[in-house]
Amino acid sequence: MGNKILVLLEQRNGQIKKASLEAVKTAYDLSSKLSCESEAIVIGNDIENMESIGNYGIGKVKHYKHSDLQNYSPSAYSKILAEHAKETGASIIIIPNTSLGKDLAPRIAAKLDAGLAMDCISLDIQNSEIVATRPIYAGKVLLDVKLNSTVKIFTLRPNVFTAAMVGESKADIESVNVDNPDLSTKVVEIKKSEGKLDVAEAEIIVSGGRGMKSAEHFNMVEELAQLLGAASGASRAVVDAGWRPHSEQVGQTGKTVSPTLYIALGISGAIQHLAGMRSSKYIVAVNKDKDAPIFQIADYGIVGDIFEVVPAMIEEIKKIKS
Amino acid sequence: MKIAVCVSHVPDTAAKINIAGDGKGIDQTGVTYVVNPYDEFAIEETLKTKEKLGGETVAISLGGEANKETLRKALAMGIDSAVLLKDESYRDSLSVAKALAEEIKTQNAELVFFGKQSVDFDNSVVGQMTAELLGYNCISVVVDFKLEGNKVIAEREIEGGKEVVETLLPAIITAQKGLNEPRYASLKGIMSAKKKVIEEKPAAAATNFVDAVTMKRPAPKQAGKIVGTDATAVPELIRLLHEEAKVI
Ligand SMILES: Cc1cc2nc3c(=O)[nH]c(=O)nc-3n(C[C@H](O)[C@H](O)[C@H](O)COP(=O)(O)OP(=O)(O)OC[C@H]3O[C@@H](n4cnc5c(N)ncnc54)[C@H](O)[C@@H]3O)c2cc1C
Ligand SMILES: Nc1ncnc2c1ncn2[C@@H]1O[C@H](COP(=O)(O)O)[C@@H](O)[C@H]1O
Repeated sequence: MGNKILVLLEQRNGQIKKASLEAVKTAYDLSSKLSCESEAIVIGNDIENMESIGNYGIGKVKHYKHSDLQNYSPSAYSKILAEHAKETGASIIIIPNTSLGKDLAPRIAAKLDAGLAMDCISLDIQNSEIVATRPIYAGKVLLDVKLNSTVKIFTLRPNVFTAAMVGESKADIESVNVDNPDLSTKVVEIKKSEGKLDVAEAEIIVSGGRGMKSAEHFNMVEELAQLLGAASGASRAVVDAGWRPHSEQVGQTGKTVSPTLYIALGISGAIQHLAGMRSSKYIVAVNKDKDAPIFQIADYGIVGDIFEVVPAMIEEIKKIKS
Repeated sequence: MKIAVCVSHVPDTAAKINIAGDGKGIDQTGVTYVVNPYDEFAIEETLKTKEKLGGETVAISLGGEANKETLRKALAMGIDSAVLLKDESYRDSLSVAKALAEEIKTQNAELVFFGKQSVDFDNSVVGQMTAELLGYNCISVVVDFKLEGNKVIAEREIEGGKEVVETLLPAIITAQKGLNEPRYASLKGIMSAKKKVIEEKPAAAATNFVDAVTMKRPAPKQAGKIVGTDATAVPELIRLLHEEAKVI
């Protein structure tokens, strides 16, 4: 039986998120290797730029529309997606591993009695079968899995797959109005952390650890982050001390991140912290202890006092930005 | 009301994980197991809810004999009773969820707490799957939970903020750090947990869809460059980031 790939596009406030483009490009690559069709689905109300996903390799988008679907509703979204997958005979479903994707994918797997591989960092084809690689034990080990179910679902870790353009073409959009979406579970309010970039989505993260010595000194972290257009992160030690909110915690019991650049300031590099950030493309560490484990995974390090090094970094970056 | 909590038994997060000879599992030597950290938040919320509204609590774990340790810990913290769904073999998440769903039905629990994620295979899915199988409502990654009559109001963490989500019982909630501060087991709790009987039954059979092919170590990062030992190294560091790595 031939394959058919379905990609879930995630929109927030009507904008298609970058992680979705990564999923589209990945589906495009798979569909050429498996010689099969691929299409996308998006759920929401007013959505901008749906056509532009054509540039990333998918030519057909089904848009399920309703004014109550602009925000996420687990019950409504999972029903729509599962029914659409059934109707169209999708055999491979690709979902970004975002907070929405993580909530939705297992629901779809249960509804469709499908195998599921979460948080994949690569999808390879071996003997016309997909072999997915996913980090387990907080990234201490990588596990290759195959799914033996009729429908196979994969979620992709954001920032790992590249969202490269494959050409210039507009996707065809088919919008349908949804009658009576199932809003038995629904988001009634979104509380934004003020104007701040989230570590889970940032290209650059500047994180501080216990070496920062106090909550006030995080001004320095924030300033550096702001200069770089980065999110500020934290180790668990400083979250437990109440210096920073839990939403900033990176690590095994915090967030898993893979930014292009991760700057660790006064963080020792405990195994649970590394678990959350070791897949970052470049890691910079500043620590006064030359034996701190963080240096074992850092691409660039300065063995020195953050209170001298960080102000110098701020000055130097101002120079190159001006 | 019957409130259930599902708990998994996982290697300590500080454990060194080595791959076993067959490449399909981990080498168990020297690995200590603990209650899954997120499940401690789930247990605490179960206890708090009972303290507020009354009812009866039960902890459920699927796995081998060793999972009894984790169930004992739940009992020591104050959970009323415990069930071990026994299966020593590998199961994928959906087949775990199927067996848990059966047991939750048997227990007739209207509210069930899960952790948001087991820190072994890091799937973060069993709660949502179980809810779908039971036809229960579900809110995942919850940092704030309220029950008003039949209505559940919870806050879940998302990128850049929180979503306030409403639904009705019966429901499954998956707990994220920040939901509460798990209590320590009291000496009395530990003593009485020792006397309690953990009910054992075979886990309902289900097919695995996920085949583990092989485990491997992540490619080691090559040793990085120590650019310098004080602030005078900063211009060189920034130059490297700008010109070599091209990340700023
Ligand atoms: C179940 C469990 C889950 C956990 N989950 C997480 C998690 O998700 N995330 C996480 O981060 N941790 C987690 N931890 C905690 C982890 O084990 C460490 O305790 C924590 O990461 C340490 O934080 P830190 O590096 O900021 O502090 P420390 O280990 O105290 O390190 C501080 C560092 O700052 C350096 N320093 C001090 N002063 C200066 C200075 N002036 N200039 C330069 N350097 C300086 C020191 O040399 C030291 O290396 C978890 C632990 C457990 C048991
Ligand atoms: N074998 C198990 N027995 C009981 N509960 C489990 C089991 N596996 C997972 N869970 C529950 O499901 C949650 C999410 O696990 P997972 O989807 O495996 O990351 C855990 O925090 C537990 O509450």
